[in-house]
Amino acid sequence: MKVLMFGWEFPPHISGGLGTACYGLVKGLVHHKQDIIFVVPKLWGDEEPLADFVNASGVTIDYREKKFKQIWKNLTYLEVGSFLVPYLGPEEFKKYTDYAMHDRVDVDESVFSNKFEFSGKYGKDLMKEVSRYALVAAQIAKSKDHDVIHAHDWLAYPAGIAAKHMSGKPLVAHIHATEFDRSGESVNKPVFDIEYAGLHAADHVVAVSHLTRNIVINKYGVHPDKVSVLHNAVLDASIIESKVKKKVPEKIVTFLGRITFQKGPEYFVEAAKKVIDRDPNVRFVMAGNGDLLNRMIDRVAELGMGTRFHFTGFLKGQDVDDMYAMSDVYVMPSVSEPFGIAPLEAVRHNTPVIISKQSGVAEVLQNAVKIDFWDVDAMADAIFALLHYPSISKMFKELGSEELKNLKWEHVAAKLVTVYEKITKE
Amino acid sequence: MRTICFYFQVHQPLRIKPYRFFDIGDDHYYWDDYSNKSIMRKVAQKCYLPMNALLLDLINHYNGAFKVSFSISGVCLDQFEAYAPDVLESFKKLVATGHVELLSETDGHALCALKSKDEFTRMVKTHKEKIKKHFDGYEPRVFRNTELIYSDSIGATVAEMGYEGILTEGAKHILGWKSPNYVYQNSIKPELKVLLKNFQLSDDIAFRFSNKTWADYPLTTDKFVRWINNIPKEEETLNLFMDYETFGEHQWADSGIFEFMRALPNAVFNGSDFGFSTPSEVLKGAKMISTIHVPTPISWADEERDLTAWLGNDLQDEAFGKLYELEEKVKQIDDAEIQRDWVYLQTSDHFYYMCTKFFSDGDIHAYFSPYDSPYDAFINYMNVLSDFILRVDKRIKEKNAK
Repeated sequence: MKVLMFGWEFPPHISGGLGTACYGLVKGLVHHKQDIIFVVPKLWGDEEPLADFVNASGVTIDYREKKFKQIWKNLTYLEVGSFLVPYLGPEEFKKYTDYAMHDRVDVDESVFSNKFEFSGKYGKDLMKEVSRYALVAAQIAKSKDHDVIHAHDWLAYPAGIAAKHMSGKPLVAHIHATEFDRSGESVNKPVFDIEYAGLHAADHVVAVSHLTRNIVINKYGVHPDKVSVLHNAVLDASIIESKVKKKVPEKIVTFLGRITFQKGPEYFVEAAKKVIDRDPNVRFVMAGNGDLLNRMIDRVAELGMGTRFHFTGFLKGQDVDDMYAMSDVYVMPSVSEPFGIAPLEAVRHNTPVIISKQSGVAEVLQNAVKIDFWDVDAMADAIFALLHYPSISKMFKELGSEELKNLKWEHVAAKLVTVYEKITKE
Repeated sequence: MRTICFYFQVHQPLRIKPYRFFDIGDDHYYWDDYSNKSIMRKVAQKCYLPMNALLLDLINHYNGAFKVSFSISGVCLDQFEAYAPDVLESFKKLVATGHVELLSETDGHALCALKSKDEFTRMVKTHKEKIKKHFDGYEPRVFRNTELIYSDSIGATVAEMGYEGILTEGAKHILGWKSPNYVYQNSIKPELKVLLKNFQLSDDIAFRFSNKTWADYPLTTDKFVRWINNIPKEEETLNLFMDYETFGEHQWADSGIFEFMRALPNAVFNGSDFGFSTPSEVLKGAKMISTIHVPTPISWADEERDLTAWLGNDLQDEAFGKLYELEEKVKQIDDAEIQRDWVYLQTSDHFYYMCTKFFSDGDIHAYFSPYDSPYDAFINYMNVLSDFILRVDKRIKEKNAK
């Protein structure tokens, strides 16, 4: 099968989980002998040569094709020039919009030029890039032979729709995160509209979890028969042996992630208080940054546990690995997590994990304690149990790594191939 | 005449309420009264009451030619008393017909046979007293251990207690080419007779009855009688052992399970040379065909027919080990509540909920567990046990201070 795939980023140049997931999926598809044309807005040249990579910045559009006019007309859900930054919290968003308000550019003629240099980032010109990306997609769909089109997340949906319009081939819309996961109930309308258009234009939708599938069905009104679940997998399931030793005698319980509404940091703080009240031999760590950080610091002070609850700020690279290795318990209390790969990283460090039932990863990881994110009592109880009843951690160590080995991208890709086969036959 | 021996296990565990670590040292009541009561009422309506009525009908209709046996755990009897006196009454009526045999078991439906001969003997005695009290002085003569767990040495202990026979699983790995349809004898105490479950025909009723993907679905009495007629003539006893909750609870009423049982005696009487007997009747005058050797314990659970449903993973072993560390201390404490909790905490179901064997296809285990995962089950149990340990230690300290 020849697959024309539209992404937004690809390793090693990534800023989030989307690129990593695309990489794993492409690798799995290659394993099953599928031909992939992978399009990204900007190619850096150091990508692993798994696919026929197409650099959208390098594509020249030939406007003599009559369909372009139609495609542009159909892109009405795209408000070009809206100031939109998708993966940022409200505070960073404000920073960006302030900048954009003073430096405002409305529909930019450059969108229609023959050539266009994408930034490939999530910057202030994002909507412009998304719409340009759609035009480029149509050009590629015209010139490159393919059997099926596959678009990853809303940034690439207009591209997928345009490509489908051009070639008439079936479209798979892959959803890694919805606007509801990113923004709670205060959704960004333009983004929602694009997601809505993409999910409905698609012949089949692939969601990263049942949780996400339910959102697609209930909030976007997509017919259940049209939505399959393909859980993410791990690229490397090996256990990471770390030489890092913690320097305090107490047990360490860790939250590691963006400190935003979506990740549920406040529930972690409240649970910490309940544990510390009963057991003084524990320290809590909140690693990461985000718009709720200051509020968390205030709350920890208010609860009078500042000497037992620590903030590290944003961690990256080796520091992240060290943090996992030093932890006796890792907690992911996410309010809404389409998948959530971090707990699997903790498992690789032999660190026992507590995850919220509101995360997609809870659907595939058996060897974890699962709680409702709001159930602070259950969270505190699980933390206490992992610290005091040694056999759970022992079991997690024995069974968790085995479990990871079964989460292979090859398995995910095999399922995806059956989806391709089904929709190309229809 | 050849014979069918029906034995039904009647048991409900006392489930533990959600118990957090901050309750340790503070809340000493562990039992989930609401769910225990509502489950008991549900099972009473779906299974115990209608099935007891059906059996009573059949026994009366065939003037005692149709008969069955029960083992009712002590923890279940206690719950009948508290939540379902109507069920207890209906069992009394059945026993009063004289065609229903009651078996002995451990009061707490416990696994203590594997751990402590003392505790095992004590619990069997308590259960015996309970049966005597509820059933007009009735004295069981045949034994069945929790989940049909059996080994040579468990059998020997049971023989020492004066029982004539014991029931267990006709596990393939024990029998090999031998047939379960004979009476065997214990390898240490040959006077103890061993009845083995014919798991093929038992499970056809208990597990496969409503399974539409089963090649032999639907199971009719004609079909069943044809199968028992295929049993070689020299094999005289067919032991059909199953959970009583099979009727109406595991196999729902709309599967036709009640109609099947109502029609079965007539089909057997008219279509085969089989009759019905209770375990004691089977044992009376039975020729023992040979000795059965069971050096490591077997049970009737899962494909493996071993103990791995209750013991063997780290969670189960930690919980089980910590619990029995208390045995000597608990024996010294004269306190009704401590003694009650000690019995109920030993119930095998608590350990069954911690089983991780079937994570991938854990249907059976999940169906019977009030917990979302084995880890949840373990955490809750350990919290309760932690409190129980504090209480026991406190009592011992008080005692020593005197």
